[in-house]
Amino acid sequence: MIAMFYEDHRIGQRATIGAHEFTREAIVAFARAYDPQPVHLDEAAGAASRYGSLCASDWHTACVCMRLLVDFREAQRAAASALGETLPQLGVGAGLRAMRWPHPVRPGAVVTFGAEIESMRETKRPQWGMIGSRSFGVDQEGREVLSFSSHVLVARRGQ
Amino acid sequence: MDRLYFEDFPPGEIIEYGDAAVTAEALIAFARQFDPQPFHLSEDAARGSLAGGLIASGWHTAAMLRRMNCDEFLNRAASQGAAGVEELNWVKPVKPGDRLHVRRTTLEARVSRSEPALGVVAFLFEVLNQDAETVMTQKDATFFLRRTGAGAAR
Repeated sequence: MIAMFYEDHRIGQRATIGAHEFTREAIVAFARAYDPQPVHLDEAAGAASRYGSLCASDWHTACVCMRLLVDFREAQRAAASALGETLPQLGVGAGLRAMRWPHPVRPGAVVTFGAEIESMRETKRPQWGMIGSRSFGVDQEGREVLSFSSHVLVARRGQ
Repeated sequence: MDRLYFEDFPPGEIIEYGDAAVTAEALIAFARQFDPQPFHLSEDAARGSLAGGLIASGWHTAAMLRRMNCDEFLNRAASQGAAGVEELNWVKPVKPGDRLHVRRTTLEARVSRSEPALGVVAFLFEVLNQDAETVMTQKDATFFLRRTGAGAAR
């Protein structure tokens, strides 16, 4: 079954949401716009840093994870729509907790992102439930490069 | 300007800085790349959503905070990277036409046990709009070189 509504989910559910290659060009472009620290822009500065090379802004990694989450959910909605299911309204995120970047993302890294449901609760509004999940990214060597927990409102099936 | 070290972030210090103008064009461009949900992409699509109108991706606001932090202090600090974000809350929507700035409170500063040349500084960042409303808060921790350890580590 395609999990779209609050009731379709359960704690412990895990999904791979997609993979992304971080090119040098994209790393530098993100850094120029949002995080122009030398370690994200310049090979020499990266080599002299504690990371040992140019590496992606931590927020670049996080933003790519969000993009793949959106694409994954859109693909699920399209599949459900093709089966004639009613599509729920999209909820918005409330925030995130415990974001970590345990290993740097270097040019050429291929990161596979996934998510696991950690908590579920009803809210004061009967049409929305709150789902907590841990999102993560793992590089081609199996090293975790991103981890965070977040909560998102998810529409409930009509009562 | 002088380079900033661990010792330059005393706990209890509160400073305000930054002025980021949020345009519909920039908001939509970010969303197309990183968060293409209808309420971040066009006014028409956003009208029927929970948001009620076009709003910035929360990840865009987080990225704008990083940019304001780079411009204010990170790019002249002996920063050794982020230790992590303890919590981030999207409190109020950010809309086209908003102007954002930052209030930074230094919560805690301690020397690293495992790497004595480094200190860890915990900050609370509040992102405020032109009406002094808080739109986002972020508590995080960043590693900085200690002034005394700078010679040994570089």
